[in-house]
Amino acid sequence: MRPITVTVNGQRHEVEVEPRDLLAYVLREKLGLTGTNIGCDTSSCGACTIHINGESVKSCTVLAVQADGQEVTTIEGLANGAELHPMQKAFTESHALQCGYCTPGMIMAAVSLLKDNPSPSEDEIRHGLEGNLCRCTGYQNIVKAVQAAASGS
Amino acid sequence: MATTEVPQGAIGQRKIRKEDPELITGQGRFIDNIAVPGMLWISIVRSPFAHANIGGIDTAAAAGAPGVVAVYTAETLEFAGPLVMAWPINDQIKNPAHYPLTKDKARYVGDPVAVVVADSRVHAKDAAELVVVDWDPLPAVTDIKAALADGAPIIHEEFGTNDAGDWVFSRDSPVPAKNPAGPYFEDPDLVKIKEEYYLARLIPNAMEPRGVVVDLSPAMGEFTLYSSTQIPHILRTTLTITVGVPEAKLRVVAPDVGGGFGSKLEAYPEDAICLAVAKTLGRPVKWIEERSEGYLATLHGREMYQQIELAATKDGILKAVRVNLLASMGAYMRIITPGIPMLGAWLYCGAYDIEGYDFQYTNVFTNNTFTDAYRGAGRPEATYAIERAMDALARELKMDPIELRMKNFITNDKFPNYTIVSGLTVDSANYTGTTEKLITMLDYPAIRAKQAERRASGSTKVIGVGFSTWLEMCGIAPSRVLAALKYIAGGWDASTIEFLPTGTVRVVTGVSPHGQGNVTSMAQIVSDQLGVPFENVEVLHSDTQISPLGLDTYGSRGLSVGGVALYKAGEKIIAKAKTIAAHQLECSEDDLDFAAGDFTVKGTDKSVNIAAIGFAAWAAHDLPDGMEPGLTANHVYDPPNFSWPNGSHACVVEVDTETGKVDIIRYVAVDDCGVQINPNIVEGQLHGGITQGIAEALFEEAQYDEDGNLLTGNMVSYLVPGAPDVPSYELGHTVTPSPTNPLGVKGVGEAGTIASPPAVINAVVDALAHLGVKNIERPATPERVWRAIQEAKS
Repeated sequence: MRPITVTVNGQRHEVEVEPRDLLAYVLREKLGLTGTNIGCDTSSCGACTIHINGESVKSCTVLAVQADGQEVTTIEGLANGAELHPMQKAFTESHALQCGYCTPGMIMAAVSLLKDNPSPSEDEIRHGLEGNLCRCTGYQNIVKAVQAAASGS
Repeated sequence: MATTEVPQGAIGQRKIRKEDPELITGQGRFIDNIAVPGMLWISIVRSPFAHANIGGIDTAAAAGAPGVVAVYTAETLEFAGPLVMAWPINDQIKNPAHYPLTKDKARYVGDPVAVVVADSRVHAKDAAELVVVDWDPLPAVTDIKAALADGAPIIHEEFGTNDAGDWVFSRDSPVPAKNPAGPYFEDPDLVKIKEEYYLARLIPNAMEPRGVVVDLSPAMGEFTLYSSTQIPHILRTTLTITVGVPEAKLRVVAPDVGGGFGSKLEAYPEDAICLAVAKTLGRPVKWIEERSEGYLATLHGREMYQQIELAATKDGILKAVRVNLLASMGAYMRIITPGIPMLGAWLYCGAYDIEGYDFQYTNVFTNNTFTDAYRGAGRPEATYAIERAMDALARELKMDPIELRMKNFITNDKFPNYTIVSGLTVDSANYTGTTEKLITMLDYPAIRAKQAERRASGSTKVIGVGFSTWLEMCGIAPSRVLAALKYIAGGWDASTIEFLPTGTVRVVTGVSPHGQGNVTSMAQIVSDQLGVPFENVEVLHSDTQISPLGLDTYGSRGLSVGGVALYKAGEKIIAKAKTIAAHQLECSEDDLDFAAGDFTVKGTDKSVNIAAIGFAAWAAHDLPDGMEPGLTANHVYDPPNFSWPNGSHACVVEVDTETGKVDIIRYVAVDDCGVQINPNIVEGQLHGGITQGIAEALFEEAQYDEDGNLLTGNMVSYLVPGAPDVPSYELGHTVTPSPTNPLGVKGVGEAGTIASPPAVINAVVDALAHLGVKNIERPATPERVWRAIQEAKS
């Protein structure tokens, strides 16, 4: 075991991890942040997408020790208190989720996408979310939600 | 049949879902988020061979590994019986006893052989690697036809064959066809075509892997089993039979479930193993499936060979359809495996008014993961065959595929309640209406013009358009019909409405939604019917202790069975509330009007609100003599018929003849699911369903090597489409209310998946028809398309 220090959603944590521990499991099982879901074992589905230092990453692809000293944001840290993040609001208003399992990762990826490209075309949104799979929505309302969040409507 | 307006009020509104707040903030309660103090972790040792005898299992090293509490095999973990197979389709069926752990022989890669129980996820997994099995590999067979050939390896020796039994329409259908098809195929004046298709094996890929958590009270002998399941009620009953826990001592909870699509409509080995281990050890346990593990352990869908023959007049009047299927069971029959092809048995006639019909299928064991219900279950298979064959017939007759369909549709003047050639009665539909609207939305002539232009120019980017017009029997199902089909349970569902003293309304439903939005749509029904604010309605589900009566979610039944049960409970609420209102207002019940939650004495402004009646019924200070206190009602609804939605889809593709790559450039769909409670939800179901069907047509296939190893064993090699792989869809609707239920609703959950595969493949074939291409096996990968072009050239 080795100690790491990681700031998650603004709160500093010191945790003991095994070198092989993946960040996704440490967030879920050691820090109790179960909003980050795990959907595969090949970094294919994107359900576990979080932000490290503002950049979106798949937390099942990151060793916890690599997050030592970094700033992590998860879905639980996206809203400002009771006020939803515009992307969260857009997802519910556009009916961009059904079972909701891919949703935390999809929202985190979408937030990151708009940070890099504030007014993307439909094609850019679809390619920007390529690493996040959804089995329920067929992506159409996810695209709509990202467009809504981008236009601030 | 006239198209009617959507009713006013809460029904028909695009309400934002009540389910969403927890799901968009990371507070969803999915199975892997559940932990119980003192809980142990389970890891399952699975066969690496598709077919192998087990000489022995050495568990000593695993048992001594760090954190390990117990290791079990079939010899040491006791079960009261095999896993339940609930659909013995007829006397011909060969159903092998399927125990959660296999004892002497493994029959597919992934077959569970041992269980390791440890104090953590990683200790369980590490120790599982230390279980040593003395394997004696046997030849394996994964192809359906090869499994039936002489000399094929026999998967269940007790039967001496891999033929698991057939089901023949003329012998086994409880309703007869109008006429047998045979004579039409002897008629020299009719045109006949015969088509053969292979439907690839599919992996459902709900985004949430499965998992089970069992909590217990050893002193009381009580168990709570949390499972990522679509069927908590059915699971409770089947687990009682397999594990021997009394049903009244077993509570099954489906927490938030991250998608199902049929893959969680199952009584799995792992559900039974977890319960049996908890019972044996007296400790809570947890098992979470990994995705690659799930590709082996979670049911697969669809795989079958289809043969369909059509007989028609030279001017395109379809007279008869004859179908013969070979369906893969995989290695075992799970809960409804052998009946899945039967769910299409009455639908290979499509939406066409014909005279002769024959159908049969043969179930076949192979060394693969078991198949079972996958979104649409039997009905996408039927639609695929008839809609592909209709295009083939149109080519044979040199007719336009839409003209051929329009010429043969069951016309609207036949409804309500028209008995189709296969003997079932369709309550209502609008086949010509959805198709006419589709053609308008599509601007069909313009697409044909563009196609001709591309062909004439010699472009390597050719255009094709494909159609699929579908009908479905869903809303599963009338219990008497299920009995006639030899299914062992019923098809009713239940709902309870309870007015709480402070004015909110608690609804309990027996269906088990996992993404379908029933919490929202059911609140809309109650709000609309009883005049209570949408915000004041809470809908509870998926816990056998909260919802004692229910038969869960599958077969597009949530709203068309569960929603109707709710509406009928609402009628009882109104009746009782009216009696109380008349008592309070000192009038006759006949003098009362009920609207927007208020009972009003006709012609006066004297009224009382239903919420106030709820309080009065609870306080019971002044009720009519003999009336039971409480404003609550329960209704169990057994539908008298299936629900019969329909629709017409068109796909426009561009195919690169040099690379074989297919791009969908437009997808237009006009569907009719009767009255829409929440159009957002209806459209969402269609978007997702169409996408899953496109995935079948273009991307997905579970491929095995000759030894029975799954080659597409993870999400890297099995191609679940992402956002760039599919277009935005153009949706239209007509509304033909179901006359069978008072809400006028029909199911929509499976519609898109039923409709889209043939539309896509018909479009690809249409794009290449001028090159002589007549068929492309699905999925139509670039390689397959390219090969089809080369073969047509040579």
